[in-house]
Amino acid sequence: MAVIRKLVLDVLKPHQPNAIDFSVALADLGADYRVNLMVAEMDEKTETTVITIEGNNISYDQVVAIIEKMGASIHSIDEVEIHSSEAL
Amino acid sequence: MLPEKPIHLMLHVFRARGIMRRYAITNGFDGVLTILGMLTGFYFSDFHDLPVALSACMGAAIALFISGLSSAYLSEKAERTLELKHLEQALARNLDSSDYGQASRFLPLLVAFSNGFSPLILSLFILLPLFFADNLMALGLSPLLSAIGLAFVCIFLLGVLLGKISQTFWLWAGIRALLLALVTVAIISFFEI
Repeated sequence: MAVIRKLVLDVLKPHQPNAIDFSVALADLGADYRVNLMVAEMDEKTETTVITIEGNNISYDQVVAIIEKMGASIHSIDEVEIHSSEAL
Repeated sequence: MLPEKPIHLMLHVFRARGIMRRYAITNGFDGVLTILGMLTGFYFSDFHDLPVALSACMGAAIALFISGLSSAYLSEKAERTLELKHLEQALARNLDSSDYGQASRFLPLLVAFSNGFSPLILSLFILLPLFFADNLMALGLSPLLSAIGLAFVCIFLLGVLLGKISQTFWLWAGIRALLLALVTVAIISFFEI
């Protein structure tokens, strides 16, 4: 079974939770998750961010659920790195 | 390592604690001054029917509780709903199931409780001497004067709390609040005489 090793997401989020709390919530989803959040654009109520998540087996469903729970929405999947089970 | 932080809904609650504090202190002042005004009125008019005085004060305390509860809930709910709608427009999505949606339903209740219970608890505390009037009179103390004294203590403590919040000299903040109570008593006594 193929696993997701890297995800780059274009996410529109409210100002709160801030970038640190938002990234911590994502990083807490997996024991080996590495999260990078870059604010690309700032608006009055929202900010457009580019979020990079790296890990050995990223659960996309969990990532989407936590992002939506924090009031943000995923605009697009900009980059993805998938490894097949043979490559593990 | 980043410290463990309560995320999601609790973050919204933490951000709302300033609003809850403000509501609690504002309505707490209302409660204390209302009961102080009634007690002062009873005292200066030589009204000695303590059960009637207690009933009147309890009526006012309950009315302040219900008024605080409902007014804060309705106004806070309206503000939160508007805020949520604006955010939903900006994000182009429904936020009902998100932390923002939960917060907009949960926080008005929390704010309403702090606004309603603060005058009720303070009023009940001030009225304690009237509840134990027989015991106090056996000790030679006036229940009305004791209750007025407790009201001054409450006002002073609310002032001290405000001083602590604004990080100014607590004693001066307490005395300033106490002066407000004294002015209230002076005005009431002027009308009673």
